[in-house]
Amino acid sequence: MADHILLRHRDIPDLDRLEVYQRHGGFETLRRTIAEKSPQDVIDIVKASGLRGRGGAGFPTGVKWGFLTPDVFPRYVVVNADESEPGTFKDREIMERNPFQLLEGIALCAYAARASTAYVYCRGEFWDLAHELEVRIAEARQKNLLGPKIFGSDFSLEVYVHLGAGAYICGEETALLESMEGKLGQPRLRPPFPAAKGLFGRPTVVNNVETLTNLPPILERGAEWYRSIGTKDSAGPKVFSLSGHVAQPGNYELPLGTTFRTLIFDHGGGVAGGRKIKAILPAGASAPILPATDEVLDTPMDYESVPKVGSMLGSASVIVMDDTVDVAWVALKTTRFFKHESCGKCTPCREGTFWMLRVLERLHSGQDGEGQVDGLYAVARGIEGKCLCPLGEFSIMPVTSGVERFRADFVAHEGDGR
Amino acid sequence: MTAGDVRLTIDGREVRVPPGTLIVDAAKRVGVDIPVFCYHPKLEPVGMCRMCLVEIGRPVRDRATGEVQVDDHGTPVLQYGPKLETACTTPVGEGWDVRVSSEKARQGRNEVVEFLLTSHPLDCPICDKGGECPLQNLTLEHGPGKSRFLFDDKIRLDKRVPLGDLIVLDRERCIQCARCVRFQEEIAGDPVLGFFERGRKLEIVTFSDPGFDSYFSGNTTDICPVGALTTADFRFGARPWELNAAASICPHCPVGCNLTLNTRREAVSGGLEVVKRVMPRQNEAVNETWICDKGRFAYHFAASPERLKTPLVRKDGRLVEATWDEALETAAEGMRTAGSRLVGIASGRLSNEDLMALRTAVETVGGRPVLDAPMGGGDFVRRFGLGSQSDLGRLGRGDAVLVIASDLHEEAPIWWLRLRKAAERGAEVIVANARRTRLDEFASHVIRYEYGQAVEALLGIGAAATGETNVRGLVGEAVEAAGKALRSAAELVIFFGAEGLDAKGTAALAQGAAAILARTGHAAKEQSGLVGIWPQANLQGAWDLGWRPTGRGLADVLGEAKAALIAGVDPLGDDPSLGPALGALDFLIVQELFLTETAATADVVLPAQSFIEREGSLTSGEGRVQRYYPAVPAWGEARPDWSISSSLAAGLGAKDLPTSAAAWLERIAEVVPAYHDLSYQALARVEEQWPLVGGDDLYFGGTAYENRQGLGVALASEVERGGSKDVDWPMSPPPQPGPGILAVPVHRLYDRGTTLLPSRVLDPRRVSLYIALNPSDATAIGVGDGEAVSLAWDGQSQTALAVIDPSVPQGAALIPRSAGATLSMPTRVTLLASQPEAAR
Repeated sequence: MADHILLRHRDIPDLDRLEVYQRHGGFETLRRTIAEKSPQDVIDIVKASGLRGRGGAGFPTGVKWGFLTPDVFPRYVVVNADESEPGTFKDREIMERNPFQLLEGIALCAYAARASTAYVYCRGEFWDLAHELEVRIAEARQKNLLGPKIFGSDFSLEVYVHLGAGAYICGEETALLESMEGKLGQPRLRPPFPAAKGLFGRPTVVNNVETLTNLPPILERGAEWYRSIGTKDSAGPKVFSLSGHVAQPGNYELPLGTTFRTLIFDHGGGVAGGRKIKAILPAGASAPILPATDEVLDTPMDYESVPKVGSMLGSASVIVMDDTVDVAWVALKTTRFFKHESCGKCTPCREGTFWMLRVLERLHSGQDGEGQVDGLYAVARGIEGKCLCPLGEFSIMPVTSGVERFRADFVAHEGDGR
Repeated sequence: MTAGDVRLTIDGREVRVPPGTLIVDAAKRVGVDIPVFCYHPKLEPVGMCRMCLVEIGRPVRDRATGEVQVDDHGTPVLQYGPKLETACTTPVGEGWDVRVSSEKARQGRNEVVEFLLTSHPLDCPICDKGGECPLQNLTLEHGPGKSRFLFDDKIRLDKRVPLGDLIVLDRERCIQCARCVRFQEEIAGDPVLGFFERGRKLEIVTFSDPGFDSYFSGNTTDICPVGALTTADFRFGARPWELNAAASICPHCPVGCNLTLNTRREAVSGGLEVVKRVMPRQNEAVNETWICDKGRFAYHFAASPERLKTPLVRKDGRLVEATWDEALETAAEGMRTAGSRLVGIASGRLSNEDLMALRTAVETVGGRPVLDAPMGGGDFVRRFGLGSQSDLGRLGRGDAVLVIASDLHEEAPIWWLRLRKAAERGAEVIVANARRTRLDEFASHVIRYEYGQAVEALLGIGAAATGETNVRGLVGEAVEAAGKALRSAAELVIFFGAEGLDAKGTAALAQGAAAILARTGHAAKEQSGLVGIWPQANLQGAWDLGWRPTGRGLADVLGEAKAALIAGVDPLGDDPSLGPALGALDFLIVQELFLTETAATADVVLPAQSFIEREGSLTSGEGRVQRYYPAVPAWGEARPDWSISSSLAAGLGAKDLPTSAAAWLERIAEVVPAYHDLSYQALARVEEQWPLVGGDDLYFGGTAYENRQGLGVALASEVERGGSKDVDWPMSPPPQPGPGILAVPVHRLYDRGTTLLPSRVLDPRRVSLYIALNPSDATAIGVGDGEAVSLAWDGQSQTALAVIDPSVPQGAALIPRSAGATLSMPTRVTLLASQPEAAR
C-alpha cells in the first residue's frame, strides 16, 4: 500500500504533534462531520463502509452502535486499549505515533453515539503511553478539538484515560467495564450487552483503538472508498502484527484479504535463517494453530477465509513458527498463559486451564507414560463450549488444534525419560 | 397460569410459566431438578459455575414470514444449539424444548463436576456439610467413579480461615460460586465479602473491620453449596444426619422468624438432648429463608447451667429447694392473702398461652395484671395493624413505608432487610429519627428531629399528608415531601419504635400513626397498617390479651400492692431503684428461667421452661400468630408458664381451666375477638411457597428448612373486621427541658441480656457499656474517645467509656440497653469526665 491509512505516521514525520496532524487535515473531518452530518448519518456511513471491529471479534461497528438503547442518557464511549493478546502490538503503535487520529476517531464515535464522555482503557503496562495520551488529550482540549462545545457546536466530549492493572481478561469488553467501575475484572453475563447496559449500567459503545482510528478516513472519504479496500465482507485496511521466526517482524498495514504468504514473504522477508515454516498462530494465542501448508499460506486473511482453513483472524497477530518449534511446547506456553490469566469466574476455565497445564507440565517433564496426550485432549474437549466468556474457549484452541494437527509433537513426549 | 404465559416442554413435561421465568425455575415448578451451585432463586443469576447446562431446542422460524416452521405432521421444527446453555441465565421461550437429562446435557454436567472436584478436597467424612451437601449429592449423581485427575496434582489450601468471629472459611472446599458474596451485596446490604486474586488462586476474603461485619452472616452457611463456610458455633459440632428437627419461632424480637431447631442427644452434654444449631425455616411472609445472627446463635441460654431446675421457697430468710406441691401451695396462699392487692407483672417474653393463664390466675383472687413494657400503643396496633393478607414482600412501586423512632437494623434486623428489598422494588421508605441509622441507606426521605420531638415530627408529617390545618407539628421540606409520599401511596405501612420515648410517648406516636393511616384512607387496605417495633417478641400478644402498662411507674404499682406475681421479667435487674418497693411487699412470687435479681428476693421461685422445651404461640409485630414446638425434654423440673399459672389458679379455686397449651389457645379464641378463628390446627396450616426449599436438591434453596409445621395466621385488624376508623390526633407531649444531657437508651443487637450472655460465640461482637457523645458535648465536658465518663441521675450513678460519634445529636447521649446501665427510659443526666484513676 502506497499511503498508509492507519499508520499514517510512517508517511508523515512528527504526526504525533498536533500542529502536524492538523496541517495534514487533522480534525477537519470532525469539524465537517459535526457541522454537516447528524449522528444517525455517521452511523449509516459506518454501517455502509462495512467496518468491522478490529479487536478480534470482527463485529460490524455501525451495527453495534445501532444497538444503543434509544433515548437513554448519559451514554459512554469506552476505547478498548487493553491490547493484551500475545503477539499483538498494533494499537500501541497507533497510540504512540498517530494518537490524534485515534482521538479524532473517538470524537466521531462519541458524536455518533451521542455520548459526551469517553474513556480510554489502557492495559496496566501502558502507563507511560497513558500519560502521553493524557498530555495529547489536554492539547486537543486546549484547542477546542475536544472538551466543551467542540468547534463552537453543541457537541461536547471529555476523554479520560483509565489504566488497568494488567489482566488479560480486561480486554474482554464486559470485564473491562467491571474493571473501569473499580471491581474485580471478571466478565459479565451477556445479555445485557454493553449497548444496553454498559459502564455504570448506561448504554455504552466499546470499540478497539484500531477500529476507531478507521473512522476519520471513512468519514473523510466515504463508505464507497472504504469498501474498495479489502474484500467484499471484510472491508478496509488492517494492521497485521507479524512476529515469530520471520526476518522482519513488525506491524504491516495491508488490505484485509492479503494472504499469509504475501504478509510473511513479501513484507516480512520470509523465515529468518531460511528455514521452513512449520506452523502459524494467526491470532496470537487465541486461535487454532495452523500447519503452514500451501493452502493455508494462500488463504486470504479476512474474517471469512481464515475459519475455512480451521482458525480465526482475530486481532490478526500472526506468529510464525519454523520447523524447530515443538508444538507441544507452544501448547505448554499458551496454556500457562491462559491458566495465569483465567479470571476464575467460571468453573471449566478456572479448573480446566489448571488441569491442562498440569498434564502438559508432566508431559514435558517426561514423567508419564502413554495416554497423556489423549487425556489432555479429553480435558480440553471438556472445557469446550461450557465457558462464560471466550477466554476459556480460546485456551483450548492451541491444545486441541495442536493435538489434532501436530500429534507427533505431543506423543513424542509421552514417557520420555523413563 | 395466565394468558401471557409461555409454554414449553422440559424433559417432556409441559410447563406454562410467566415470560421472563428462568428455565431452572420453570423446571423446578414441574419437579425437574436442574443441578446448580451458583444459582440461588433469591439472588441475581450469574452463570458462573456452569453446572446447569442443558440442551435447548428452539422453534425454527421462516426468515421471510417469521412463522414457525412445521414438519409434515404439523409439528414445529426445533433447532438445538451446538452448545449447551445455562438454564439459570436463560429465560423461557415459547415452544422451546429443554433437555435436562439427555446424554449430551448429562455429559456436560459430568464434566463440570469433574472440574470442580479437581480442586475440592473431598474431605466429606470430616466435613460439617457432609450429608446435606449439594456438591456431595451431585458428585454421587454426576461424578465418575474414578478420577482422571491425579490426586498429587491437588493444591492444599488453608482449612481454617476465620472470616470474622462467627464464620470460618475452608479455602479448599470453596468452589467460588460467589453465593456468599452476592448474598451480602444483594440481600444483606453489607457488601463485606469479595474475591481476591484470580483464576485458580481466587479466594473469598472479607474486607470489613471487624471481619465479616454483618448481622446476617450465618445465612451464607446455609446457601454455601459446599462445606466452605461454617459457623463458629456449629463447626465440627455434629453430623447433619444425627440431628432431629423441631419447628420453632425466634423469641428475640417481634419479627417472629420461623426456625428449625436441630437437636441431638449426646454424651458430651451428659446424655441430654440439646440444641446443636438453629436454622431458618421458610416463611416467605415473615423471614423468607433468612434469619439474623442473633436468632441463629442466641439459643444457648436455654441450656445454661444457671437455669433454675427446681422450685425454691424462702425458709428462714433463704431460698431452698422445694417440691412443686409445696411451692405452689405457698404461692397460692400468698396470692389468696393479698386478694385484690395482688399484682401480676408480665412481659412480652411470655407466650399467648402463658399470658392468658397468668391473667386468669391473677384475676382469680381479684388481682390486677400489669404489663412491664417500656412502650405503649399496642391497642392502636390491634385496631390499625397490618391485615390478614399482609406481606412486606409485596410492597413495591407506589407504596410507602414510614419508620419512626427506631434503629431497625439493631432492633429487628429481618424487618430492616425486608424494607431494604421493598425500597429496591420501588417503595418509598421514609425514615424519621433523631439520628442517623442504617435505615437512611435506602430511605427516600429522611426527617431529623430532636429527641422528645418524635410525636411532633409525626404530627407534622400527618399535617402534610392530610392537609388538615388543625394539626401542628414539625414543618420543613423533608416533612412536606414525606407527607406527600404518604398521601399518594397505594399502600402505607407505619413502623413505630420507642427510641427517645417513654410508654406514654410511644402511645402518642402510635395514635398519631393510626390517625395518619385513617385519614389518608389507608386503614383496612390490604397491605397497609401499623407495626410496633416492640423490644420483646410477644408484646403485641400481651396487648391483644388485655395486658397494659401501668401508666405510672412500677414503683407506684408495687407500692399499692401487698403481693406480686412476676413472670418473664426482672424489674429489679432493670431498675435497682425498685428495690425498696419490692422489699416492702408482703409476698413475692417469681416465674423465671434464671435466679434473676428479682427472683433472688422472692418468697417463691417457680422454674419455667424455655421456648425450646415447650410449645406455645407468639404474636409478631406484624400481627401474625405463630406456633412453636418442643424440641428437647424439660429442663429439670421446670414447667411451662401456662402450666404453672394453671396450677396456681386451680389451687385458688378456679374451675374449667384448660389443661394444655392448645386448650389455652382455644380459650383465647373464645374470649379475644381478634383471635376467634385460631387453633393449633389453624396455626399449623401450610401451603406451597416459592422458592421451593428443603427438598432432596439442597442445591436449589440451601439448607433452610421447608415449612411443614405451620405458616401461622395473620390476624385481621379491627378496622379490617369493620371496626371504627375514628381516631383523634394525639396531644404532642410537652417538651421536658432540663439541665444536663439527655441520655437515651438505644438497642444494640448483641447486648448483655440474660438470654444472650450464655451464647459465648457472640462475646467478641457483644456490646459493652459505653456512652456515645457528640464531639462538641465531649469537648465541653473534656472527655476524649475511649475515656471514662460518669453519669449521675436521680441519686444513681454509673461509669461508662465515651465513644465520640458525630451522628449523635448535640445535647444527647446514647447508652446501649442491657449492657450494664440501669437506665431504661430517656433521662436527663449529669456527665463528668472521670479521673483516669476512677475509671480503673
